[in-house]
Amino acid sequence: MSAAVFQAKLWYAQRISAMILGICVAIHLIIIFYAIRGGLSAQEILGRTQGNLAFALFYEIFVLACFVHAPIGVSNILQETFPNSGLAKPISWLLAILISTLGTTAVIGVYSGGSL
Amino acid sequence: MSHTDLKVKVWRGTDQGEFVEYLVPRISNQTVLDVVTYIQRKLDPTLSYRFACRVGMCGSCAMTVNGVARWTCRTHVSKIVEGDSLEIAPLNNLPVIKDLATDMREFFNKWKGAVGFFKGDQTRHDDFAKVEPQSEERQLANAGIECIGCGVCYASCEVVEARSNYLGPAALNRAWTLSNDIRDVQQIERLRAVAGDAGCHACHTQGSCTERCPKAIEPTASIAGLKKLVARAAVKGSKWGKL
Amino acid sequence: MISRPKLDYRAKSHLSYFAYACHRFSGLLLACFLPLHFLMLSQSLRGAAGFESALGLTDLWVFKLGEWVLVILLAIHLAGGVRLLMIEFGPWRGLRKGWVQVSILFAIICGLLFLYFAN
Repeated sequence: MSAAVFQAKLWYAQRISAMILGICVAIHLIIIFYAIRGGLSAQEILGRTQGNLAFALFYEIFVLACFVHAPIGVSNILQETFPNSGLAKPISWLLAILISTLGTTAVIGVYSGGSL
Repeated sequence: MSHTDLKVKVWRGTDQGEFVEYLVPRISNQTVLDVVTYIQRKLDPTLSYRFACRVGMCGSCAMTVNGVARWTCRTHVSKIVEGDSLEIAPLNNLPVIKDLATDMREFFNKWKGAVGFFKGDQTRHDDFAKVEPQSEERQLANAGIECIGCGVCYASCEVVEARSNYLGPAALNRAWTLSNDIRDVQQIERLRAVAGDAGCHACHTQGSCTERCPKAIEPTASIAGLKKLVARAAVKGSKWGKL
Repeated sequence: MISRPKLDYRAKSHLSYFAYACHRFSGLLLACFLPLHFLMLSQSLRGAAGFESALGLTDLWVFKLGEWVLVILLAIHLAGGVRLLMIEFGPWRGLRKGWVQVSILFAIICGLLFLYFAN
C-alpha cells in the first residue's frame, strides 16, 4: 500500500469514526445532563451501568471510535506544528494505546462494578 | 483632490528586508495599484512590482494588503485603509524575488504535480467529443474552471505555510475540474498525485482560499470532491482502475 | 533587517478559520483529557466504595470548573465536526457559516444546561 493510499484510508477512517462519534457524543451529552442532576455519586453511576449490557456495548463502541479518531487528529496537529520532528507517530500511538486500554478497562469497570 | 497623504508601508528587499514608509497623495477612487505605481514612478524608481491588465482580468497584481492577499487593481484604498495607513507586502508562501514580486515557479510546479493539465486521446481526425453541458460532471468542472492562476488562494492558505509539499488550493481545484472532464485520459495518475498529505487530505477546510478568491471560485468544494473521490478509490477502486 | 511577514491574524480573521481553530483546539484538549477520564472511570473496578472515594477528588472546585469547560469543548467539537462532515460529504452549500453560528449557540446552551443541572 503506497503512502498516499494509506493517507487516504486514514482520512476515511477518521471521518467514519467521526460519524459514529457524532451519534455517541450526542447521546453521551444527554446522559451527562441527566446524570449530573442532584450531584454525581459512584452509587448512582454504577446503579445505571452495572450489569447493563447495552450501556457496555455503547461505551465500548464509543471507546473504539475515539481510539481511531483522536490519534489521527493529534498526529495531524503534531505534523503541522512540529514538522520533521518525528514526534507525530510515537505520541499518537501512545494516545491510541492509552485510549484503547484505559477505555476498555473503564467499560469493564462500570459494567462489573468491581465484582470481577 | 484630498490634501491628506496616505502613509504607505511597502516591503523592500527579499525574504529579508524592511518596511519603508512612503507618503502618497490621497485621490478619490484610488486603488492600491495606483498607490504602488505612484511610489515607483514619482518617489522611488527602485521599487519592483508586477501588474499587467490593471482591470481585474489577469491576476498579476496580487499582493498582500494589510495582511490579506488581494488583487491590488481591484482594491479601492477607501475600502481597506486603516486611518490613513496602508501596508503592502508580497504574496505570502512564495519566495520573494524583490520587493513586491514573488517567484511563482513552485505554485505552477505544484499545478503540474497535481496533474492539473489536460490530456486526451482523440485527434483531429476523430469526431468532436460530446460533452453534455448539463451533466453533473460538466457542471462541477465549470464551477472551478475560471481560475487564472493568480496565487491569492495559495498565499492565503495556512496549510501551504505549514506543509512545504502541500499542492495547494489552486492546483487541487484544477485537478478536480479535470477529474470531471470526461475526455481526459490521465485520471488514475491524477488521483494518485492528489492523494495523501501532499494532496487533498491535508486540507483542513479552513476556507481561506474560498474566502479570498477574487473570482469567487470555491477550492474548498473542489478539494472536498477530491477527498471523497480519492478515499473511495483507495478503498473500493475507481472507475478508472485501482489506486 | 527583518524577515518578511508571515500569515497573521489579519489573514485568518474570518468565520470559517475561526471554526477550524475552535475545532482543533477543542479536539486537542479533549484528546488530552480522555485518558484521564478513562483512568477515573476505571476506578470503578474497586467497587462502589473504592469508586466513590476516587470520585471524591472531583469535589475540588477546579474539577467542577474543568467539567463545565469540557462539556462546552465537547459541544463545540461535536457541532464543528458535524459542519465538517456536511461540507465534506453533504451537498455543497458553501462554507456553512450559518452552521458556525448555530454551533456557538449550541455550545452556549450546553454550558448553561450543565450549570442548570449540576448542583
